[in-house]
Amino acid sequence: MTSSRVRREDRGELYVGGPGGPLRWGTGRTGRTGGTFTSGDRGGPGGPLRRGTGEDRGDLYGGGPGRTGGTFTLGGTGEPGGPGKAADVLPGSHWDLLERREAKLPPHQADIVIVGGGVVGWSVAYWLKQKERVRGGVKVVVVEKDPTYSQASTVLSAGGIRQQFSLPENIRLSLASADFMRNINDHLGVADQDPVDLQFNHSGYLFLASERAAHIMEENYSTQRNAGAKVSLLSPTQLKEKFPWLNTDDVALASYGLENEGWFDPWTLLNAFRRKAMSMGVIQSCGEVIGSSRRSCSLSLSRRDFFKTTNHSLRIQSVKVQMPNSLEYQPVECAIVVNAAGAFSNKLAQILGIGSGPKGTFAGIPLPVEPRKRFVYVFHCPDGPGLDTPFLVDYSGVYFRREGLGGNYIAGASPEEAEEPDTNDLEVDHQFFEEKIWPPLAHRVRAFEKLKVTSAWAGFYDYNTFDQNGIIGMHPLVNNMYFATGFSGHGLQHSPAVGRAVAELILDGNFKTLDLSELGFRRILAQEPMLERNIV
Amino acid sequence: MSAHLMSLHRCCQRSPLLLLVARRPWSSSSVSPPPPPPPLLPLHKRLLLFLTQQYYDVEMLLSFGSQLKRRGIQKKNVHYGYTHKFYGSDIAAAYYILSIKGGFRYVGQSDWFRADLRGKFKWDFLNYKNTPLEEVDMSHTVINYTGLGNLKEQQSLKTLSVRGCPEVDDWFLARLHMFQDSLEELDISHCPRITTGGLAALRNLKGLRRLDMSSLPGMSSPGLVVILLEEMLPQCQITATGYDHSLSQEEEEEEEETKKEQMQGPNPAWSTRYRVKSSTFD
Repeated sequence: MTSSRVRREDRGELYVGGPGGPLRWGTGRTGRTGGTFTSGDRGGPGGPLRRGTGEDRGDLYGGGPGRTGGTFTLGGTGEPGGPGKAADVLPGSHWDLLERREAKLPPHQADIVIVGGGVVGWSVAYWLKQKERVRGGVKVVVVEKDPTYSQASTVLSAGGIRQQFSLPENIRLSLASADFMRNINDHLGVADQDPVDLQFNHSGYLFLASERAAHIMEENYSTQRNAGAKVSLLSPTQLKEKFPWLNTDDVALASYGLENEGWFDPWTLLNAFRRKAMSMGVIQSCGEVIGSSRRSCSLSLSRRDFFKTTNHSLRIQSVKVQMPNSLEYQPVECAIVVNAAGAFSNKLAQILGIGSGPKGTFAGIPLPVEPRKRFVYVFHCPDGPGLDTPFLVDYSGVYFRREGLGGNYIAGASPEEAEEPDTNDLEVDHQFFEEKIWPPLAHRVRAFEKLKVTSAWAGFYDYNTFDQNGIIGMHPLVNNMYFATGFSGHGLQHSPAVGRAVAELILDGNFKTLDLSELGFRRILAQEPMLERNIV
Repeated sequence: MSAHLMSLHRCCQRSPLLLLVARRPWSSSSVSPPPPPPPLLPLHKRLLLFLTQQYYDVEMLLSFGSQLKRRGIQKKNVHYGYTHKFYGSDIAAAYYILSIKGGFRYVGQSDWFRADLRGKFKWDFLNYKNTPLEEVDMSHTVINYTGLGNLKEQQSLKTLSVRGCPEVDDWFLARLHMFQDSLEELDISHCPRITTGGLAALRNLKGLRRLDMSSLPGMSSPGLVVILLEEMLPQCQITATGYDHSLSQEEEEEEEETKKEQMQGPNPAWSTRYRVKSSTFD
């Protein structure tokens, strides 16, 4: 059982200009809609990868939309040198055989630099452009170090959305995000392009609780109901009646989502945000932030003598963006930096000067976000539960959900604190499945005693070691840096609402629709954790 | 500049008009003669060219148009709060259904109340106060997710038909859980926006006895989905006509193959070749 992800050439055929998730989501029909999301119509990798796609634009004349310069000819075949491949290879054409894109440096100056091109970063970019009052009012640059998204948490996630949290802020974020996804074409539809199809499976989440935790589940249920989530509690008999394939011996209570819960395709959401944001003028830059220049500014107040304490706050003046595979860099002067770097947020925060002060002061507290590796296994079980399989989360922490219609399922679990795998790479540990996931699965669903693992992958959680909840807001000392990170596994499902919240903070000065001030950085300085009990 | 040409290219792809706009860039001569001026085109082609150059304006007008249309649908599906407050939830639901040209039948009555084609209806339904609705027929109306909220308190709804409704999608089906105890018959045929993910939401309707899901254009593998649904809802009779269950997978592959050949070299006989190939499989 080797950990196999979809081969690169397969990916190239289905997903033009970038990888899909490790699974080919759905059938070839989906691949085609994925194929229209070209990685920026302003010059992605063109070339032979595009030729074979099912781009149903009837492109008979050999020039795909990726050819910069937009040359196209009358009547195709008769041209000297021919259209298509021959012209591309001859010198002077814009396409490069080895796809060495010229290093596209980011602009010298931008208003807002969003570091991190995952779903949270692009969501913030979209909402900033959505809320600007004047066309072209805000110049936004999104910096992403890996355009293939090989280590990004967004595309490697299982793609679920739920409202069954214990914190009201999280519940409201999920509800707002579900509202957004319901009307996604009103928000992210681009004229002249295909509508967005998230392939949302409305199958709900099912949380199982043992005797010990049943009272916590009941408290959570009332919080969820008050916040507006449509959840229902099920006793073991009701559970058995609803799901006859489930083993309910040691289950005391179950919580089942009726609406707005399920799973969807994260790659489609990411591309929808990106396509819409770029159509509104957000600049995408491929590079890594390696440094920044800051200056300290002390608050100048009228009563100078009162505030003698050194209240030096830092301001980021510019960030240095280094091009991939080269030493070339560009300092981008910016007014605001948004840290949406996910699992790598701490590294970025250190570059921007957070956590480097003396211990015991506010300046010495680092961003408590670190990458944690999580495995996802795909297995096939022909006798498994059918179309009504929810996203089942056992009380032992093991989860599984249906994938497609062919008897495939996705499973995973969070390891214990002591057994966290190392995060140097994304290699999959298959022993973990055999020891920690399969036994609880087989105990829970009898049919899973016979299963075959077909594929597996690993991804990072941007794990907030402090309290496993997102950090949204400004840093008190660096006063032009905003955080939108640390979601510990539920960043994807909160991304539309978080993007809107950060855009409100930046452009309106305060939260307008959802009050997320409890999730700010202040709680880390004050050491007041807002624990989320329902972390999967 | 390249963005401008990109937009030009994008718009021109859809039209049969392809123009020589830029010189081929691979000529190596440094001093080349200026291109000859293009011939004066007929009026409709000049109009199209003008429109492609005003791409952003055309995009804005199109988005205005679709926004207006959406706003019209939202207005029709608004929450009938005033009626709800003064007449109760049943009359509000009845009024809503009649306003968007649907039909309904009260519990215990045998005649239906409907609006005619022009949207006019009689006000007799006001006589039956506090009578819940038993059967609702919303076929070919613009009911959507928010509109379904007007029917929220109808706990004795037995039959619902949303046949041919363009705004009914998977989220609408997910919201039907509010009728999970009472709903017995559901007709969702000919709805273009329903896909497999939404049908998974019907798992909550354990009382469902008859389901009609014929001719759903958004379904990719209808035969398999019908079997899975029958397993999921064992007491439900499912009607699923209007699907082509025969060899649809192979025909799709044939289509992709011919498209690839078509990319590599335009062949005027491709259409006849495809037809010939498909007939050999019949």
